[in-house]
Amino acid sequence: MIPVLRVGAMFLAATFLMAAAPAHSATPTDPQIAHIAYTAGNIDIKAAKLALSKSKNKDVIAFAKNMVSDHQAVNDKALALVKKLNVTPQDNDTSKALAKQAAAEQAKLSKLSGKAFDKEYAANELAFHKTVNGALKDTLIPDAQNPELKDLLSTGLKIFQGHQEHAQMLVDELK
Amino acid sequence: MTLRLAGPLAALSLALVAAAPAYAATIEVTIKQLVFSPAQISVKAGDTIEWVNKDFVAHTATSRDKSFDVQIPANGKGRLTVSKAGTFDYYCRFHPMMKGQIQATAP
Repeated sequence: MIPVLRVGAMFLAATFLMAAAPAHSATPTDPQIAHIAYTAGNIDIKAAKLALSKSKNKDVIAFAKNMVSDHQAVNDKALALVKKLNVTPQDNDTSKALAKQAAAEQAKLSKLSGKAFDKEYAANELAFHKTVNGALKDTLIPDAQNPELKDLLSTGLKIFQGHQEHAQMLVDELK
Repeated sequence: MTLRLAGPLAALSLALVAAAPAYAATIEVTIKQLVFSPAQISVKAGDTIEWVNKDFVAHTATSRDKSFDVQIPANGKGRLTVSKAGTFDYYCRFHPMMKGQIQATAP
């Protein structure tokens, strides 16, 4: 009896949690989507700045410089848009998960130097752009309600797909 | 007066046309939403290609054979004077899926 009751209680607790947190399964709102996109951009700028302070490889440096300028340009557009739309970006679990993962990667990269750093930075840039581009394509762009936000995210996706291909070239080159 | 001027003027015009049969042209390629348009252009050696970037990020026009590497700033322009005949495949170093081709013939 006791094990059955326990399972039952856990099941109930789980059901309750799901009911209490509908945001998990619900589609993200525009303020959340804006926050996720902006957070992802900032993460990449921070990683690029670390690369610029550590790498001696000219191709890694050129890539990182472009990450800073492109992501800054997209984030500037995003900030201007949310201001125009009078929308306040809203923190959410996806943004938090991205930030947590980025902090771990930043700590990992900080301990590396030379070619080991370059390879890890390039591999992570490739993986990060793949993840974010997948999220943009499958979730964030389809779920965005405001047409201007949708357009900006779509242009962003094209730019970031370019970065993904550039990162792939860098990974191949550093092998 | 009119008649007297017309003679030399007509001769001058003819001379200019004859002396410069291949005026160097400027061919424009627009960049919008990370696409070179037109992607393929035909030019003569001596012509200038002008890339007009409508995107808010910078691009490059970089030839596969490394013979040129043109910087094209965000919302800006980049220029290249084609110096020799040949077929040149080029791409953007920052967004390598952006591709174009220049077919240059002798002037």
